[in-house]
Amino acid sequence: MKAKFLVPLFIFLLLAGFLGYGLKLNPREVPSPLIGKAAPAFRVPQLQAEDKTISPEDLKGRVWLLNVWSSWCISCRYEHPVLVEFARNSPVPIVGLNYKEVRGDGAVDAKGLDPATELATARQRARQWLTEHGGDPYMVSALDLDGRIGIDYGVYGVPETFLIDQQGVIRYKHIGPITRESLRDVLLPKIAELQRAS
Amino acid sequence: MRRLALVAALLLPVAGQAGEAATVSDDPVLEERVMRLSHDLRCLVCQNQSIAESNAPLAVDLRNQVREQFLAGKDEAAVVDYLVARYGDFVLYLPPFKGTTLLLWLGPGLLLVAGAGWLAWRLRRRVREAPPPLNAEEHARAAALLDGTAKPSQESRS
Repeated sequence: MKAKFLVPLFIFLLLAGFLGYGLKLNPREVPSPLIGKAAPAFRVPQLQAEDKTISPEDLKGRVWLLNVWSSWCISCRYEHPVLVEFARNSPVPIVGLNYKEVRGDGAVDAKGLDPATELATARQRARQWLTEHGGDPYMVSALDLDGRIGIDYGVYGVPETFLIDQQGVIRYKHIGPITRESLRDVLLPKIAELQRAS
Repeated sequence: MRRLALVAALLLPVAGQAGEAATVSDDPVLEERVMRLSHDLRCLVCQNQSIAESNAPLAVDLRNQVREQFLAGKDEAAVVDYLVARYGDFVLYLPPFKGTTLLLWLGPGLLLVAGAGWLAWRLRRRVREAPPPLNAEEHARAAALLDGTAKPSQESRS
């Protein structure tokens, strides 16, 4: 009979357990359905080499990182020094996906801009930003002017980073800026694991 | 001349608006379909808004995607599949019924059944533990109490 008084306490602890767990979840981190799937294809102009294009196809056989960035993205400024440092002796190439460089900037009226002007403006802005923020950590950057590649990759906030394996399969997605800690604790072990597998 | 300037000034904001609405097609039936579906799709940036309500750039892009795919001849289910393949079930305000959402869908029903079962059990127990019905003598005393003709000395304590 005495145990009956413990019932509300038990219910409370159960609720507290659920709520406590819920507090630790980050609603901003939406799990990507693309993990384990082939990286969506694209072929777009490169940022630096004006006469060249880049596609995930070009990186088949290598483990690589696809880092979504933009000059108007504030969090990218925190991430950038980490990437520059990482790129100096990175075991894998970092490919940039410059996301909506011109259209994504709320301060710019991109409506009615003709494609050639938009491409040139994007190149100029992105290069300038890289110069001003410590250099270019990317082996190559793809220009996703209209954000369509971003949609194909399920990008909903910049920066985001995808880890892609030798077969071109997305193995991991990092949401938000990469920090030294996340690099050391999560990304590097995963990279090492993928490279061992080859 | 002044009147002409006034007309021009009044038309200016209209011209501005026309520019804003450039990405929206002028087919009202299509727009209605786009908005109806957009209301069921969650914006990933402002997560408590649908992509119909949100003005986040991504929501605008996704609305354009929905419109474009309708124009390409896809139906509602195909467009939803397209978005789910990229953003996961998270974009749906109506989550699908499957293994991981079993508790979500059945939980409330289970709680209701459990609650009703508990209530029935309690009520049955209450009936079992109820005092036996009154005999004739007790009935008479109760009637006397109600009439106010009972002897006060006996009943004042209870």
